[in-house]
Amino acid sequence: MNADRRRLLQMLACTLPVPALGQGFAGLGSDADGFAIPQPDPSFRFPADHGAHPEFRIEWWYVTAILDGADGRQYGIQWTLFRSALAPEDRAGWDSPQIWFAHAGLTTPERHFVGETLARGGIGQAGVRTDPFEAWIDDWSMVSRARPGADAFSALDLRANGPDFAYTLALDAEGPLVFQGQNGFSLKSATGQASYYYAQPFYRVTGQLDLPDGPIDVTGQAWLDREWSSQPLEANQTGWDWFSLHLDGGEKLMAFRLRDDGPGYAQANWITADGENSHIGDGAVTFTPLGWTDIDGRRVPTEWRLQIPARGLDIATQPLNPHAWMGTQLAYWEGPISFSGSHSGRGYLEMTGYD
Amino acid sequence: MIWRMGLLALLSYWRRHPGQAVTLVLGLALATALWTGVQAINAEARASYDRAADALEQTTRPSLVPSAGDRVALEDYVTLRRAGWQVSPVIEGNLSAGDTRYSLIGLEPLTAPAVPRGAGTGAEGLSAFFGPPGQLLAHPDTIAALAGDTDLPPRVASPDLAPGTLVGDIGVVAGMLGMGDALSSLTVLTGQPRDDAALAELTPDLHWQPPREGTDIGGLTRSFHLNLTAFGLLSFAVGLFIVHGAVGLAFEQRRGLFRTLRALGLTARVLALLLAAEMLLVAMLAAGVGIALGYVIAAALLPDVAATLRGLYGVPVAGAIALRPEWWLSGLAIALLGTGVATAQYVWQLARSRARATAIPRAWARASEGALRRQAVLAGAILLAAPLIGLLGSGLAAGFSLLGAFLLGAALALPPALAGLLALFERRAKTPLTEWLWADCRLQLPGLSLALMALLLAVAANIGVSTMVGSFRTTFTGWLDQRLAAELYLNLGEDARAAELRPLLDATAEAVLPISAVDADLAGAPGRLYGQPDHATFRDNWPLLAAGPEVWPRLSTGEGVLINEQLAYGADVAPGDTVTVDGTALPVLGIYSDYGNPRPQAIMGLEPFLTRLPDAPRHRFALRVPPETVPEVMAELQAAGIRPDQMTDQAALKQVSLQVFERTFAVTTALNILTLSVAALAILTSLLTLAALRLPQIAPVWAIGLTRARLGALELVRAGLLALFTVILALPVGLVLAWVLLAIVNVEAFGWRLPMHLFPADWAAICTLAVLAALVAAAWPARRIATRPPAELLRRFADER
Repeated sequence: MNADRRRLLQMLACTLPVPALGQGFAGLGSDADGFAIPQPDPSFRFPADHGAHPEFRIEWWYVTAILDGADGRQYGIQWTLFRSALAPEDRAGWDSPQIWFAHAGLTTPERHFVGETLARGGIGQAGVRTDPFEAWIDDWSMVSRARPGADAFSALDLRANGPDFAYTLALDAEGPLVFQGQNGFSLKSATGQASYYYAQPFYRVTGQLDLPDGPIDVTGQAWLDREWSSQPLEANQTGWDWFSLHLDGGEKLMAFRLRDDGPGYAQANWITADGENSHIGDGAVTFTPLGWTDIDGRRVPTEWRLQIPARGLDIATQPLNPHAWMGTQLAYWEGPISFSGSHSGRGYLEMTGYD
Repeated sequence: MIWRMGLLALLSYWRRHPGQAVTLVLGLALATALWTGVQAINAEARASYDRAADALEQTTRPSLVPSAGDRVALEDYVTLRRAGWQVSPVIEGNLSAGDTRYSLIGLEPLTAPAVPRGAGTGAEGLSAFFGPPGQLLAHPDTIAALAGDTDLPPRVASPDLAPGTLVGDIGVVAGMLGMGDALSSLTVLTGQPRDDAALAELTPDLHWQPPREGTDIGGLTRSFHLNLTAFGLLSFAVGLFIVHGAVGLAFEQRRGLFRTLRALGLTARVLALLLAAEMLLVAMLAAGVGIALGYVIAAALLPDVAATLRGLYGVPVAGAIALRPEWWLSGLAIALLGTGVATAQYVWQLARSRARATAIPRAWARASEGALRRQAVLAGAILLAAPLIGLLGSGLAAGFSLLGAFLLGAALALPPALAGLLALFERRAKTPLTEWLWADCRLQLPGLSLALMALLLAVAANIGVSTMVGSFRTTFTGWLDQRLAAELYLNLGEDARAAELRPLLDATAEAVLPISAVDADLAGAPGRLYGQPDHATFRDNWPLLAAGPEVWPRLSTGEGVLINEQLAYGADVAPGDTVTVDGTALPVLGIYSDYGNPRPQAIMGLEPFLTRLPDAPRHRFALRVPPETVPEVMAELQAAGIRPDQMTDQAALKQVSLQVFERTFAVTTALNILTLSVAALAILTSLLTLAALRLPQIAPVWAIGLTRARLGALELVRAGLLALFTVILALPVGLVLAWVLLAIVNVEAFGWRLPMHLFPADWAAICTLAVLAALVAAAWPARRIATRPPAELLRRFADER
């Protein structure tokens, strides 16, 4: 069975490829044959843009949450639905070229639980519907319970499970949608690779985690990212280090750096507590690894120093659990962090390309 | 130093007697070859079964199947997945290309528990597998067979798949089979607990089907392989006699040499060790030759065996032999074992003997009346014990032990029996010459007895196995005639389609007989339940092994069921007893034979069947039409839109079955000839040995006036007579062997008993062949006697002590 599963993963790796030499992470550096390319100055339309964009190669609905348990301990969860297209269109039935897969993570200070599932498009096993909004795959779902007239993402119910865990969370937004990069056009390289990218970083969360030792009630903060593109990476880019931070003062900071054979390419957005958003371009934010963790032979930088001189930000981040490795077929590190220094707070860190 | 000299001295014997060396190595090699060849075939077949079972993991997992009909709705799959059920959709169907039928399987690679290797290889990855046009994975043999078929999606080799199976993406296969949104079944993945209540609520049309024990193809074909193995073992036993003879001769003739070596200071222990080393060398050499020969035999026979297994049991087997350690190691082991068994006695005696004693001829060619009598008693004891083994033990092991004991007893009984026979003839001889002939025969008997025992075993094995295969063939074809009584069989795939075409069928055929079947729990095991209409086609032809009164009227009114022989053996029921069908106890009205099917089966009258199972599929029919109009009717139906793969012509089906049996015969005949050759070789070696030893007996006869040519001719006559007597005695042994194979081994392995048919023409052929083989083997020694220089014969008198 294991051998067979590996075989399947190898096979999938050809479709949603993990780094192949000169291909960049997830094969996203490959040519966009027939797929639409993100253009600057987008104008988003909702609820349509909450839904899928099959003409683009890859898309995701990505939620991370930092949680406090009734038991006084800290937790973190991740819920991600990915769409990956083999062709820039959709068809009904088995002919659909759309593939859906999803990852769920649940991190405690000692353990990191991972769930993963895959589905074909076109048959109803997975998909995204906009009115009323629902994103689902198998029995995992993100369902809107927004008031009529309100944005569908203003209130969501989230559920997922893995072999030894499950969670059910209610997310209620306390601020507006935020458009990352420049008005939702997020550059990923100096040569113009980009994605469409918006977020809802202002969720309050309540809900329940089901762990092997029993259920735990939790509350906390969550952040939803929506991103789609067809070629967001340059061929020489090997992966990224991405931060979503909830500052104690109510501000939100999204910052990422794409690694390459040179200094890399960094971008950030600073969002005030009332949703005012400013873009911070390449060169204005620096990333310095401070500590590494060995995970099954990989050396992963799990402690970082993040500096944005223009905002007076200089912080050091600590993982809740340095072993928050997502051993899915697209393997990466993703887990809750806390930070201190010029500012303090908690957030999520995602690092790809260390596999 | 003395070791080296000793070994060289021993080996120099073979240099001076190259013929004996060749015989020894060849005998052992032939025996090893037969054994190895059979083992190689078995190993290859087993590997194919494992591949078939493992590659898709379908047989080892539970599945969800439709309670009625043969389709699962795609919505049911999505409903279950969305409820968190770990299931994966599967589509199964058949693909006809040329005159071959392939099994076509569609998998959904994102959820399937296993995907055969080869899928999605290449730069395009999974999208190449998904298509369009998609890919079909297949064993390299299947790909070769389908080469040039441009209508199919590109083929990709997969080492995981058994021949005859094509695997593609579910979307690709659904398109090829015209399945639309329908599925065949859902495979349940590891970790998904059985929850019938939840299943009934979510998808009331599906039910949980445990992994199918009955599709264990290894078990299904076990009997076939056991028979092959038995053949291999018998061949080896025959070979063992040769080796025993050749080794014995080599030891006897070198007694002088042994004495010299001992006198030169070699201890008995060293001499024994040297001889053991020498024999080890011989064994290794013979094993090498034998394994190579075995490979050749297996490679030559495997395509036929593969065709047999595919045709008989639908089991795909690769057509090429791989060098697997399990069979060549077993060949090596058996060669070493055989040499060891043949040598141990001599080496043991040498190691314990005093220096001078080594020179006293033990006269292995001389036997006393007492020894023969002891052998007769031993043979009788073993023959008496054999049935006891069969009575006391159970299972296949006991069946084979019985066979082994019986054959050993029969072989041991041969020399005393022949001696008695010859003595009888001697007493009745009218002329001095015939009296001398019989007496001389009897004198030769001990030297020839090993070879004759080998011949007896070879002939008995041939008669036994060919009787079994022939009985199987006769029974099976007769049964096919009965079961396939209708001229044309249709499977229209969908009930709606069937209803639409029904008026056309009624107008075309003399009788339209609907066939309906569902999976059912029969006496606690998964099986199949059929609904069968009340019609003369079945009443007149159905092969009932046992029946209660008024079978057919009672069947049609639903008073009970007919069950197959397998179910009758499994549940231990007879007509009049009851058997549970999906939990309901129903009376057994009769038992029918159902060869080639490992699973329990039951038949109910069509009307009670449909009342009980209103949703059962109704799209299969048997059509009665005048046999000569079958092609016309088929063309007519095809014009009405029925695809050729939805129709089966009974005559075509039978022809395929018969081809299968011809191929089976090809294997049997090849093995027959090989074992007979081994036995003939044994006779040759024995006679060659005797020819040298017998000069003292022949010389006086020549001296009193018999010409050398006459003596040579008499030599041939004698060999022919001994062979004839042996073959006649082998006949009953072979028939008992066949009976044990059919009535004990088959029932244990298969669950059915085959009636034994007798084939006197075959026996005559085998016996003639055996006598001819013996005559050919005797020809050379006879010629040597006929052409022996008179001076050599004369010298005998001078040498006489």
